[in-house]
Amino acid sequence: MSRYVLRRLVLLVPTLALVTLLVFSIIRLLPGDIVTLMMSEQGYASDKAKLEQMLGLDQPFHRQYVAYVGKVLQGDLGVSFWTKEPVLDEILRRLPVSLELAVLAMCFGLLIALPTGIFSAVRQDTWLDYLFRTGAIGGLSVPGFWMATVVIVAASIWWQWVPPMRYTPFARDPVKNLAQLVLPAIILGLALSASVMRMTRSMVLEVLREDYVRTAWAKGLPESLVIARHVLKNAMIPVVTVMGLQLSALLGGTVIMESIFVIPGMGKFLLDAITWRDYPVIQGINLFLATGVIALNLLIDVIYGFLDPRIRFG
Amino acid sequence: MSLFRVMRGKPLGALGGLLILGLLATALLAPVLAPYDPIKVRSSDRLQAPSLSHLLGTDDFGRDILSRVIYGARISMLLGLGAVAIIGILSGYYGGRIDMVLQRCIDTLMAFPGLVVLLTIMAMLGQGLGNVILALGIGGTAANARIIRSAVLAIRENQYIEVARATGCQDWQIIVRHILPNIAAPIMVVVTLGLGVAILAESALSFLGFGVPPPTPSWGAMLSGSGRTYMIQAPWMAIFPGIAISLAVFGFNMLGDALRDLLDPKLRGGPQGRA
Repeated sequence: MSRYVLRRLVLLVPTLALVTLLVFSIIRLLPGDIVTLMMSEQGYASDKAKLEQMLGLDQPFHRQYVAYVGKVLQGDLGVSFWTKEPVLDEILRRLPVSLELAVLAMCFGLLIALPTGIFSAVRQDTWLDYLFRTGAIGGLSVPGFWMATVVIVAASIWWQWVPPMRYTPFARDPVKNLAQLVLPAIILGLALSASVMRMTRSMVLEVLREDYVRTAWAKGLPESLVIARHVLKNAMIPVVTVMGLQLSALLGGTVIMESIFVIPGMGKFLLDAITWRDYPVIQGINLFLATGVIALNLLIDVIYGFLDPRIRFG
Repeated sequence: MSLFRVMRGKPLGALGGLLILGLLATALLAPVLAPYDPIKVRSSDRLQAPSLSHLLGTDDFGRDILSRVIYGARISMLLGLGAVAIIGILSGYYGGRIDMVLQRCIDTLMAFPGLVVLLTIMAMLGQGLGNVILALGIGGTAANARIIRSAVLAIRENQYIEVARATGCQDWQIIVRHILPNIAAPIMVVVTLGLGVAILAESALSFLGFGVPPPTPSWGAMLSGSGRTYMIQAPWMAIFPGIAISLAVFGFNMLGDALRDLLDPKLRGGPQGRA
């Protein structure tokens, strides 16, 4: 097991190297480069060559890349071209906000998805099964930003409630903070619950057809025991995969919710950085996101081992 | 199994199929169905509420929302089918070749959240319908290539492939006669679900300002641009395209799910052994 984890960690190196190279080269291919953008803004240098030199963009590509990787290995993600703030500090300040939103959304999603998914499978093809499935797919079909807009407008018309324009950190006022995040989390969670619910349902359906479940019925075990002890444990493995994949989609989905609900998280930061062509920030966030997703996948594979003793790590 | 029995057994799937048929018909017959020109500006008709002359109201340029939603079906189908076709070609190529470099590239692509990949590709290509299709196609390839590849790998190990090879079949014959029909099931599921994902992703891109540019009547652009600005004053501007997107994605998902259930013999029939 530890050897397997170690090997996966070693494999992380080439993937991350490719990630940095990819991000590094792609943002330099974006039309509308930072230098032109800065020169069109007031108050920045008017001398193109001088500006390029200042930003380190006058160097050939491979030199820039090697210098960047060297810095990253020392834990330095560079400074933002526009604000001159260290990128790592900025990311670390925003990461907890996005993570809180993602975890809250995940909790809401699971709270809806698991019970409905299990119930739908156990009572397959009853009207409740149809209702839950229709609801789940409905949740998946509605664009999140549209639902958020409709909810905000409806709330402001009927209850004169508008989402707060200023973000309150959890440490300062937990109640206020949660009140602010709960709505975007529910909307994100709804879309997420749909795929987890469907996966749960189809996995439970499959396990229900296994011989050992028939044996459990034949032994005369009550339904709750059959489901809890024999079905759920075996049905949960692919569900964990879907959850892991969804978490990475969730990190992308926060981009939209953060800009609607004015939450200063990573998503909003990335969107602004792309708009303003802030190379170090885009590179830093993407490196962070990619590392996070890869680490998550590793974690899922390890969790597999605990859920299913048949899986051997080779 | 007759069509009628399938529809009775899978009412949700049948509903999805009907929705998709409706969508297809709307897309094909848009010029016949739409009462007005979807692009022509009529400043005298600005922001009119739904009425008999404009069933779904008008937008801030006085354009008929119903006509724009109808033409939007065309754009959405075009987007979805184009993206799925690109996914198919890229995945097919990738699935057929077991190439270390390509595999690592797919791994790398999968390490980013989907929307981030789409945003970056769109920022690189610039706005435009063709570019949105390309971005959705490339962005959707990573996950789907895996599904198709694993399906091909599973089929390839079967004995009948070995027999076909032993009787002297050529590679292309094996691919066309034996592999393609057997992976038709996962392909159909990928296509139907992929269409839904593409329509939804286009609306997210539009919201972030990287979608199909105006005045093209795309559903995503309609509900994210001025649709959001006039949400309180003229809610119909965003509500109807929103409903159109939701119904289309709903239909594709229902149909995809039903197809998956029908094509997977393991999921047919009820659970055994229950009293």
